[in-house]
Amino acid sequence: MRQDNRELPGSSHSIWSRLSGITDYFAWPLRTSHYLELVNPLWTTHKLQARVEKVWDETRDARTITLRPGLNWRGHRAGQHVRVGIPANGKHYTRTYTISSPPERDDHCFTITVKAIDKGTISHHIVRNIKVGDYLPIGLPQGDFYLPDAQPVQPLFITAGSGITPAFSMVSSLIAQGRLPDTCHLHYSPHEFDVVLGKALKALDAEHPRYQLHLLYTREGADQHFSEAQLEALCPDWKSRDVYACGPPSLLEALEACFEQAGCSRNLHIERFRAPFTEIPADAVGGKVRFAQSGVDTEGDSETPLLKVAEEAGMNPPHGCRMGICHTCNTTLVSGCVRDLRTGEVLNEAGSIVQTCICAAAGDCELDL
Amino acid sequence: MKTHQLPVDLTDEQIEEFGRELDAIRDEIFDSRGEQDRAYILKVIKTQRSLALAARVVIYAALFFIPAWGHPLAVWPVMLTLLGLGTFMLGIAKILENMEIAHNVLHAQWDWMKDPEIQSNTWEWDTMSPSDRWMHSHNVVHHTWTNVLEKDLDVGYGIMRVTSMQKWKPAYLLQPVYFILLMLLFEEGVALHEQAIDDHLKGKNKFADFKPLMKRIGYKIWRQVAKDYIAWPLAAALVAIPISFFVPFSPLAVFGIVAGANAVANLIRNIWAFVIIFCGHFPAGAHNFTLEQVEGETRARWYLRQLLGSCNIEGGKLFHVLSGNLSHQIEHHLFPDMCSNRYKEASPRVRALADRYGLPYNSASLFRQFGTTWLKNIRLAFPGGGEPYEGKPSQATSP
Repeated sequence: MRQDNRELPGSSHSIWSRLSGITDYFAWPLRTSHYLELVNPLWTTHKLQARVEKVWDETRDARTITLRPGLNWRGHRAGQHVRVGIPANGKHYTRTYTISSPPERDDHCFTITVKAIDKGTISHHIVRNIKVGDYLPIGLPQGDFYLPDAQPVQPLFITAGSGITPAFSMVSSLIAQGRLPDTCHLHYSPHEFDVVLGKALKALDAEHPRYQLHLLYTREGADQHFSEAQLEALCPDWKSRDVYACGPPSLLEALEACFEQAGCSRNLHIERFRAPFTEIPADAVGGKVRFAQSGVDTEGDSETPLLKVAEEAGMNPPHGCRMGICHTCNTTLVSGCVRDLRTGEVLNEAGSIVQTCICAAAGDCELDL
Repeated sequence: MKTHQLPVDLTDEQIEEFGRELDAIRDEIFDSRGEQDRAYILKVIKTQRSLALAARVVIYAALFFIPAWGHPLAVWPVMLTLLGLGTFMLGIAKILENMEIAHNVLHAQWDWMKDPEIQSNTWEWDTMSPSDRWMHSHNVVHHTWTNVLEKDLDVGYGIMRVTSMQKWKPAYLLQPVYFILLMLLFEEGVALHEQAIDDHLKGKNKFADFKPLMKRIGYKIWRQVAKDYIAWPLAAALVAIPISFFVPFSPLAVFGIVAGANAVANLIRNIWAFVIIFCGHFPAGAHNFTLEQVEGETRARWYLRQLLGSCNIEGGKLFHVLSGNLSHQIEHHLFPDMCSNRYKEASPRVRALADRYGLPYNSASLFRQFGTTWLKNIRLAFPGGGEPYEGKPSQATSP
């Protein structure tokens, strides 16, 4: 809430911003927006929130959530994703989800479809605990995985599991605009009953002759995993199509290899999500330490506090008590793992707050210092 | 073996064991933080903001009951009751904001939630001291060097003699006056509570050395003044100008009423914060330490020093919230970044642990704690007032 005197990108001298510049004198050290939040959390300008309007269970472990974004929202392009903040067990987690609804929806809402994945505490939490009326902080839509506006394309979608979401948004958008071209879609799922958005997909397939859907079940009898032969059989003209693919890394790797061999990698557009967690090394004995802002690379062992590591590398990062109580040295974990020397707790989630005076490297790590 | 110089009959090994037991309490409570704690702080924040807004509205509403309006309810008793209520509500809102919310957020007690809105490094609070400056003088200097003479600036705040270990000088004769002045101007006092200013008064540095710092503090003070003594009163006065053509009451007086109400609210907060904070380390029985005693201090000895140097105040649930849980000063000093709503749970465990090790646990009513603080302040204005430092455990026990 500390005032930032720099002009933020996108801030304009609208009547509203001039007015709130004055009313902020009344609200200091908060902003007017903090008091508007008491009336309606969707009116805030200091953060963007969305109200959960509807939850819909797609399968036994996937759920579509309809969100009504706050006033500062801007429309998305089909295929883009959005960051969503989710409180779980008292903590705030940020996860990125593809918007599964088309931008042409006329109720100013959008949907995300979340599948509970193994070990994914947050996706489980969303699928089980989020209820109508909750407010979730969100980011603005991002990402360059979307269909081009002008040039006509004949798309081939290859998706698996919850990777269906951007494709679904794109197809729905093309239909809503009344310009659905000849479209082929290969979707992989373990079983018939857990096809995310399965019913809606089948309805599209039945209704629109130009949309050809092939549902492939990888754990029901015959091996249905991706192969070039399979692709050739289901979509003979695949080499001349623009391909949009989203799914687990194994599928994307197989696709890349296949397209590389066929010499048409240019046609392949891939959306991949980076895992927010780093695997905790079993024998954490320290590792490479990178201080991102300073551009310093050095080594840190498992016992030396990162503050000391930084100082020995010639830096002078902020610090105070050197015993973990004053939090002057707090910084952010960009990637990798660090260990709290007091409790032995390992922090491995990007974005975690690291107290450098009492944390040591546990494997390679990168800090925002 | 006993190599330490702390006023307790414990061996080094026993102190280390004591430290490990405190670590265990800390770890257990930290591990159990969860949804209910988040719900707590969000509730307090929402309550505080609603109360602050409601208080301003009630103060404005009081203006519609000035006798000049001429309607049946427009009499001074109604007007002053409303004004008093609004002022009191604003005072409470400021107390909640400063003590239970901001003080604790700035201690990074809520950083674990990773909520970008409730982070120690971005939070700014409703007082004249800029939060990052205060975090330095408080979290770093005071909490690391608690009660250590010549290190902890909070030992007498540079103007008072709060322990017989401080050498007497004639200026201390005036300290009962400083005591009252600091109580009334606590907000301003905290804003100017800086090592650099203290050094400057002792002639150790030039003004130019800390001019940027003063600019930062000045900006914060300006915004605080602009809010309570310009924006809110001025808005009322501007509305009063056209009304004054029909209702014979001066807009200037309207300005004065609102500004006065805000000043009283700030005063309520100042006095309350001063009383609670002075009960933290100054009541009879609280220990002070020399630099020698903390030389080569281990974490366990640091714990012990915090226990010996801090005092709790007993009271009910509402009292604890309004004191920002600084009524659990001992637990707060042992675990400064534990979220404040959990101190009450740590308190009986720390107390039992202190009993087991035969250590004092200075906990008493507000009357006793503030009373002895005040009496000590008067006594120590004069030379003497106890042996400089005896190193006896009995000196640490509360009477």
